[in-house]
Amino acid sequence: MSGETGEFWKWKEYRYTMPGMDWHNAKIITAGVDIGSVGSKAVAMLDGELYAYAVKRTGGTSEETAVKVMNWALEGTGLKIENINYVVGTGYGRVNVPFANKTITEIACHARGAHYIYGPTVRTVLDVGGQDCKAIRCDEKGKVLSFLMNDKCAAGTGRGLEVFADLIGVPIEELGKVSLNVPEEPPPVSNTCVIFAKAEALALLRQGWPKEKVAAAYHLAMVNRIVDLLMKVGIEKDFAITGGVAKNIGIVSRLERILGIKPLEPKMDPILAGAIGAALFAKALYEKQLGLR
Amino acid sequence: MKAHYGYKDGSGDYFIIVDTEKCDGCGKCVNICPNGVLEIVENDFDIEGGKMAAVSEEHRKKIKYSCAPCKPISGERKPPPCILACEHNAITHSW
Repeated sequence: MSGETGEFWKWKEYRYTMPGMDWHNAKIITAGVDIGSVGSKAVAMLDGELYAYAVKRTGGTSEETAVKVMNWALEGTGLKIENINYVVGTGYGRVNVPFANKTITEIACHARGAHYIYGPTVRTVLDVGGQDCKAIRCDEKGKVLSFLMNDKCAAGTGRGLEVFADLIGVPIEELGKVSLNVPEEPPPVSNTCVIFAKAEALALLRQGWPKEKVAAAYHLAMVNRIVDLLMKVGIEKDFAITGGVAKNIGIVSRLERILGIKPLEPKMDPILAGAIGAALFAKALYEKQLGLR
Repeated sequence: MKAHYGYKDGSGDYFIIVDTEKCDGCGKCVNICPNGVLEIVENDFDIEGGKMAAVSEEHRKKIKYSCAPCKPISGERKPPPCILACEHNAITHSW
């Protein structure tokens, strides 16, 4: 193995500020911080419109990561954490956001965020996170009607993909595309357990399967697992996928084929759904605090 | 809202489903559960708040085992006490 081993999972961190927006003119400045098990997301919103955001890998301590990712999102804008009216923390590490005014479960935030990103027609939200998978049904206001979360097992999660990227030596961003590069779909590997799936994939590689074919088998197993979960809450159009895995074309296109429903095209980065939802809740809570609603 | 607490693993689906439209957070199910699986929590799915029954964090990933005493695999199988205790029929089990 080369010296690069163990680096293929490392997805790129990034930040962005919306051009043409000035926080000085905003009446209400809110922020949402979504500390996931694998990725941490922070967004700042001006009167309910997305202004700046940053996405980082979650480090050793959630507190430190929360401060870092928020400061990075605000970098270059002149805006400081103290200037923000209300901050809501969410995600796996939500209790560890030191500057949050309130914490809200990520399920409510993802539904609300998907409502913002994909529009009010969304009824089913699938969030494939780093360490869990959530199926959420919501109404036209983005309110949760039913949810199911699988966080006991890493099969069918983003972290499972990271492990697999390392195994076959393909950068995580390209994994989905590579998995589609097969003449026909091979049978899936085991979907009960991510360790079994990895062991099976390794055995297939040793049998001489090309890595594209192994990737296809692995993606299909993940999708089967996710579909099982979705079926439990029931799937209704429109259907949207959030979380980092929404960017994996191998997963999205297979889901579309098996479910027979085309997921909506995201208008912005779907990894931000939880943080956007949190910032929108922050706005509602701040207005409530001011007595505006 | 129907909150599904639990998991799916290689041996089956294990979910306790709480319907927050029906649950008023009275806590009768909490008191009757012999294993302390349920608890009353703040409903933070809704900005309006309120109380609701939920499966405690401690039991969420092992309810197959935590709930086993109320689910005999042979003989007569009655509905578990949490379901019977709920006057609003807010609780269901998936297995």
